[in-house]
Amino acid sequence: MASSFSRILTTRRKIGLLSAVGGSVTAGFLLHREHVGAGAPVRRSYPASAEYPDLRKHNNCMASHLTPAIYAKLVDKATPNGYTLDLAIQTGVDNPGHPFIKTVGMVAGDEESYEVFADLLDPVIKERHNGYNPSTMKHPTDLDSSKIHSGNFDPRYVLSSRVRTGRSIRGLSLPPACTRAERREVERVVVDALAGLKDDLAGKYYSLTVMTDAEQQQLIDDHFLFDKPVSPLLTCSGMARDWPDARGIWHNNEKTFLVWVNEEDHTRVISMEKGGNMKRVFERFCNGLKEVERLIQERGWEFMWNEKLGYILTCPSNLGTGLRAGVHVKLPLMSRDPRLNKILDNLRLQKRGTGGVDTAAVGGTYDISNLDRLGLSETCFHSGEEHFEGGVNKVQLVQTVIDGVNYLIECEKRLEKGQDIKVPPPPHKLFK
Amino acid sequence: MAKNCHNDYKMKFSGDEEFPDLSLHNNHMAKVLTKEIYAKLRGKSTPSGFTVDDVIQTGVDNPGHPFIMTVGCVAGDEESYEAFKELLDPIISDRHGGYKPTDKHATDLNFENLKGGDDLDPNYVLSSRVRTGRSIKGFTLPPHNSRGERRGIEKLSIEALASLDGEFKGKYYPLSGMTDAEQDLLINDHFLFDKPVSPLLTCAGMARDWPDGRGIWHNNNKTFLVWVNEEDHLRVISMQQGGNMKEVFRRFCVGLQNIEGIFKKHNHGFMWNEHLGYILTCPSNLGTGLRGGVHVKLPKLSTHAKFEEILTRLRLQKRGTGGVDTASVGGVFDISNADRLGSSEVAQVQMVVDGVKLMVEMEKKLEKGEAIDGMIPAQK
Repeated sequence: MASSFSRILTTRRKIGLLSAVGGSVTAGFLLHREHVGAGAPVRRSYPASAEYPDLRKHNNCMASHLTPAIYAKLVDKATPNGYTLDLAIQTGVDNPGHPFIKTVGMVAGDEESYEVFADLLDPVIKERHNGYNPSTMKHPTDLDSSKIHSGNFDPRYVLSSRVRTGRSIRGLSLPPACTRAERREVERVVVDALAGLKDDLAGKYYSLTVMTDAEQQQLIDDHFLFDKPVSPLLTCSGMARDWPDARGIWHNNEKTFLVWVNEEDHTRVISMEKGGNMKRVFERFCNGLKEVERLIQERGWEFMWNEKLGYILTCPSNLGTGLRAGVHVKLPLMSRDPRLNKILDNLRLQKRGTGGVDTAAVGGTYDISNLDRLGLSETCFHSGEEHFEGGVNKVQLVQTVIDGVNYLIECEKRLEKGQDIKVPPPPHKLFK
Repeated sequence: MAKNCHNDYKMKFSGDEEFPDLSLHNNHMAKVLTKEIYAKLRGKSTPSGFTVDDVIQTGVDNPGHPFIMTVGCVAGDEESYEAFKELLDPIISDRHGGYKPTDKHATDLNFENLKGGDDLDPNYVLSSRVRTGRSIKGFTLPPHNSRGERRGIEKLSIEALASLDGEFKGKYYPLSGMTDAEQDLLINDHFLFDKPVSPLLTCAGMARDWPDGRGIWHNNNKTFLVWVNEEDHLRVISMQQGGNMKEVFRRFCVGLQNIEGIFKKHNHGFMWNEHLGYILTCPSNLGTGLRGGVHVKLPKLSTHAKFEEILTRLRLQKRGTGGVDTASVGGVFDISNADRLGSSEVAQVQMVVDGVKLMVEMEKKLEKGEAIDGMIPAQK
C-alpha cells in the first residue's frame, strides 16, 4: 500500500500549503499524510444490509461489482479527508444507466479513495480498462512526441485535431469532495503556474465568476467555454457545488492550448487546432504539460500520479493517461456503411457527435478518438504488434488514433471510387 | 450517532477561505449569513453529523431570482433548528413576518372551529385542497437521511396507513415497484409525484437514491393522499372537486390525527415544538406546514389593477394551476394562504375561505360591469 504513495511530499510542497493556510495546525496535518490510513471510522445507526442500495435495475460498472459483502466491508471506512463509500457510489445509485451504454457509476473524492475503496475500485477499473489489474500491473507514461509518425492528415477530410487530458493537484481533494477553500487553492496553484508559460504558450486566465459578457461571447465563439454541468452523472456526484466559484478557463494567445480549471477534474488540458496536423497538436500538448508540471513543482506542488494507476483523476474511466486524442473527420460514405462500428472497435476507436460525448454526428462528420486510457501509454505502435508486460502509453494511444484515422480516410476514399473496404483484424487481447 | 470527519478535515482551513461567494445571490440565507455567523457555526455539527455547510448548500448553488425570494437553506434533522439558530432564527423572522425567537406557535386542528367554508360557489371554485407535511421523530430529514433511515420511514408509514379504516381505508403504491397501469392511473388522478428536478431541491440532496423508499398512499375514495419521502417524510393531502372546503378540512384534521395517533403508539410521534410548530425540511413550511387552497376562476379580477394588493391584504398567494412556479391557464388560479408560522391551521384555512368568498363576489360584480373599490378589505 505504501508504494502507491512513494512520491513523498517534498518540503517545498509543504511550504506551499502552509503559506496558503498558515499556522502550525496544518504542519501537523501534512506530516500525517506520509502514509495512507483510512480516516476515522464512520458510525451509523443501521446495519450495512439495511443501507445496501437497490441496484436491480442498474447497468453500470459499480452496480456490477458492488456485492453486499464488499459493501459491508467498506461502508464503515473513510479516507483521511472523510470521504466515504456512500459518497463515491452515489452517482451510480442515482443513475441506473442505459441498457446499451455502460457508465462507470462511481467517482473518487480524493487520491486515497483508490486505496481505501480498492476492493470495489479495482474490479471496476479492471472491467472498464480491458482487464487491467491495478494490484498487479504497472502503467507506463510516455510523453515523447518525437515517436509519433504519419500524424499529418488530409485536410479535405480532417477538419480539426485535438488532444486532451486531465491532471490533479496532489494534496487537494477532487471535485466531488473538495471544500470551497480547496477548490480555490487549486485555482490559485494552477493559475499561478500558467502565468509562467512563455512564447507560443503565453496566455491569460478568465475566471467564470468575473467574466465580462464580451469575454464570455468570445470564449463561446471559440468553442472554449464550458458550462455548469447539467448531466446528472456529474451533478449527482457533487462536482457542480458552489458553481461558478473558483472555476475558469485559461488559454494561450494563439488559442491552441487551453486549460479548464475545476470542472470535472482539477484541470483539463487541451491542445487543438484546425486541420489535420495531429503530430504538432501532440507536440504542443507534451511540451505544454511538461512546462506546467515544471512550474507547479517549482512552487512545491506535484500532480497526483502513481505507477499502478498512472495519473489520478475523478472518474475511474480517465485513469492512466486520461487522454482522449481525436479528430473531427468527414466520413459521409463510411457513416452509412454498416461495418463502421466493427471497424472502429477493431481499431480501438470510439465515435461521438461533433458536440462531444452524448451528441449526434452532423452531416457524416464524426468526432473519432481513442477508446483506451489505462495500461496504454500516450504514444503507440500499431495495434498489430506484440504486446509487452504492463501496458501501452500515451504515445501509443495517439499513434493508435493516427493509424486508425488514416485507415478510415483510406476507406472513405475507396468507397468514393466504388471500391470495397476491409474490416481490419481485432488487436491482441490487451491484458490477460 | 455519525461523526462528521469531513467537517473536521474542513476545519483545517479558515472560515474566510471557506466562506461562500454570495455577491450575486438573492435568497434569505444570503441576506442573513455573515462571516461572523459562519465562523461561529462552522465547527458545529448536529448529533447526526449535519453541518452549516450542508444547511446552506442549496442556497449557495442557487443564487435566486431578482423578484422571487427563495429560502436558500434546509434542515437536515430536528436539531438543525437549534444548533444553527444564529442563522435560522433571522431567516425564519424574515420569511415569517417578523416571527421572534421567543414567539410561540399555536396548533389548532379542531375542524369544528372553522366557520362556513361549505358554500363556496362551485361555478367558480373548481376544487379545494389542504396539504401539510409531517416529520417523524427519531429520523433525519430528506436532505440528510441514509437509505436505511428512508426505508425505515417508509416501513413505519406503510404500517401506520394500513391500519386506517372507514373513509380512510386505502392502499400504498411504492414508486419502485409500480406497474405501468398503476402509474397511468395515478397520473390521471393528479396524484403521482415525480423525481424532483428543481435544483432548489436536488442541490439539497433530497433526490438521492430515487426512487428507493418513496411511494404514494391514497384512500379508496381518492380524497385523502399521503406522499412518502418526497421533500418531507410525509406530505398529507385532502382534496375534492368543488368548493366544500369545510369537508376537505374536516377530513384533513381527522385523518391527520388518526395517523399521528398510530405513529405515537410506535414511539415515533411527529416532530413538533411550541416555538416552531411542526418541524419540516424547509424553514418556509414551519408552523402549520399548511397550504390550503382552491382552484378558482377569476378571469376579470385577476386582470384588475388591484389584484395583487387584494391578495396581500387577505394574506393569500396565487399560483398557476400546475402548482408552484407555473402559470395560470384560462383565468383559473390556485389561491392559498400565504402564512405558515404564527397562526393556527384553523385561522389559515379561515382566511382562505373568507378571502375566496370575497374574491368570487368581486368577480361577479366585475362581470356586471360594477366597481369593486368599496369591497377592498383592510390589511388582515
